[in-house]
Amino acid sequence: MADDTHDIPTPKPMIEVENLTKLYGSRPAIRDVSFTVGRGEIVGFLGPNGAGKSTTMRILAGFLAATEGTVRIAGHDVAGASREVRRRVGFMPENNPLHSDMRVREYLKFRARLKGLSRQASRDRVDEVIEQFDLTDVARQMIGELSKGYRQRVGLADALVHEPAVIILDEPTIGLDPHQVRTVRQCIKQLADNHTVLISSHILPEVEVTCTKLMIFHEGRVVAADTPANLERTLGGQQRITVELEAEPEVLETAWEEMAEVEHHRITPAEGRYQRCRLTPRDGLDLRPEIAALARARGWPLRELTRDRHTLEDIFVHITRKEED
Amino acid sequence: MGTFITLTRRELAGHFLSFRGYVILAGVQFLLGLSLLLIVDALNNRPFDLPITEKFPSTGLFWLVLLLVTPVITMRTFAREKSTGTFETLMTTPVSDLQVVMAKFTGALGFYLLTFLPMAAFPFILKHYAAVFPVVDAGPVASTFLGIALIGSFFMALGCFTSSLTRSQIVAAMASFTLGTGIFMVGLLGEISPPTDTPMYAALRHISVLEHMKDFSSGIIDSRHVIFYLSLTAVFLFLTCQAIGSRRWK
Repeated sequence: MADDTHDIPTPKPMIEVENLTKLYGSRPAIRDVSFTVGRGEIVGFLGPNGAGKSTTMRILAGFLAATEGTVRIAGHDVAGASREVRRRVGFMPENNPLHSDMRVREYLKFRARLKGLSRQASRDRVDEVIEQFDLTDVARQMIGELSKGYRQRVGLADALVHEPAVIILDEPTIGLDPHQVRTVRQCIKQLADNHTVLISSHILPEVEVTCTKLMIFHEGRVVAADTPANLERTLGGQQRITVELEAEPEVLETAWEEMAEVEHHRITPAEGRYQRCRLTPRDGLDLRPEIAALARARGWPLRELTRDRHTLEDIFVHITRKEED
Repeated sequence: MGTFITLTRRELAGHFLSFRGYVILAGVQFLLGLSLLLIVDALNNRPFDLPITEKFPSTGLFWLVLLLVTPVITMRTFAREKSTGTFETLMTTPVSDLQVVMAKFTGALGFYLLTFLPMAAFPFILKHYAAVFPVVDAGPVASTFLGIALIGSFFMALGCFTSSLTRSQIVAAMASFTLGTGIFMVGLLGEISPPTDTPMYAALRHISVLEHMKDFSSGIIDSRHVIFYLSLTAVFLFLTCQAIGSRRWK
């Protein structure tokens, strides 16, 4: 999941954020947020609505100014050299707003020209992104008539059309069906090779599979920032394993007792002659291979073996509880 | 410059890509056609030895166009982009606030002027059909159009400003309609109040849009009027820039 090649330290981070604070009136939207993102990293912003993800992204994209703190992107200050920064950032805001009265190719060309590409360069780049995001079939259609999945791809194509070093995507998969989510996710993964990417989401599996680093926002603060693997380890205690086996409950009872890594277990009868076991492993270990091996060795028919996935609530409950302690 | 042209083209095209644009065009053509009818009627009743363009603002229909139609043209400029969210995608491209404001203003003014284009045929129609040869001079015709453009640009700048303050197009239109009508009413007050020597009266006459248009339509290009409208336009465009830059205020 966490690819170590992404963690090679680069001389200068792509994004440096220091003590960022944004007040709306007297209400802080974000408070004292600091982080750095290296070249080629994919960072996921995670948190419920109103946690400060969008505000942070808007400041990074040069749309809003921070009340306090500094942001440097590729060495340029967002407040002082806003246009230099905007030249290097591809931003797709929440809900992916597009001009519904324009045609796809026309819109992308308009955007490319706004982003400072020459007539010829914009033509070439628009052809490339249309190809890249598989928009050839709809290139002449009105954006207002497109399905949500296509609209999202148009938004991504727009964010990329000027070949930015940094791509910021606010909730890129919201409102998409699972198939479209997969397509968009694949698009984002492809970008990692030569771009630094920030994505926000409030669905963990969403960012878990694509990101090299996760940052969890809560009430305007970053409460946790780590690789998905490390976060998982921290929260491992809650990752239980469900097994359904055909065996005598007593036999299973002793088997789990003998397994040192199993901290806690509970066995309930399931339909047929199966027994449903809920196991809590020590230190968040993934015991699935051991359990599968055990079932094979003992000749127990096995019909389910799953490990709980973290939901955002889990992480949330965990982290906010830690904060309050 | 390239960015400004790209944006202006998009703005102008936006007016023609909506049903609203055609409703405006049809409405203005109806009102202007009506004013032609009134001018013809005036010519029928008695001989007319002044420039015929002078009849144009006094039919009152021009004011109806100016007060009612300009808010509808400008209401979309910023409010629409803010409500759909495209304002965010626009302002995160490397464009300057000034480029955006100027492009929106130019697009709106361009559309406004285009709605008056068919009116350019009126002098020729009159020349061709009038039994008594009316006074149609190139000079007054040109200055009338200049007046329409100058007063229009002020109202466009005003409309852009109100549109930049809100994300609701209706609110933007109502606000610019109210302000525009207020300015018109001040002029009307100067028109209907009995002439006196007070500085108050002089001031009223001086800022009266009716008075200005009367001059323009009779072929007088008073530099004071020109400067008046150009500076007011500049002031409101400046305020618009401030309003859209306010999101970056700390």
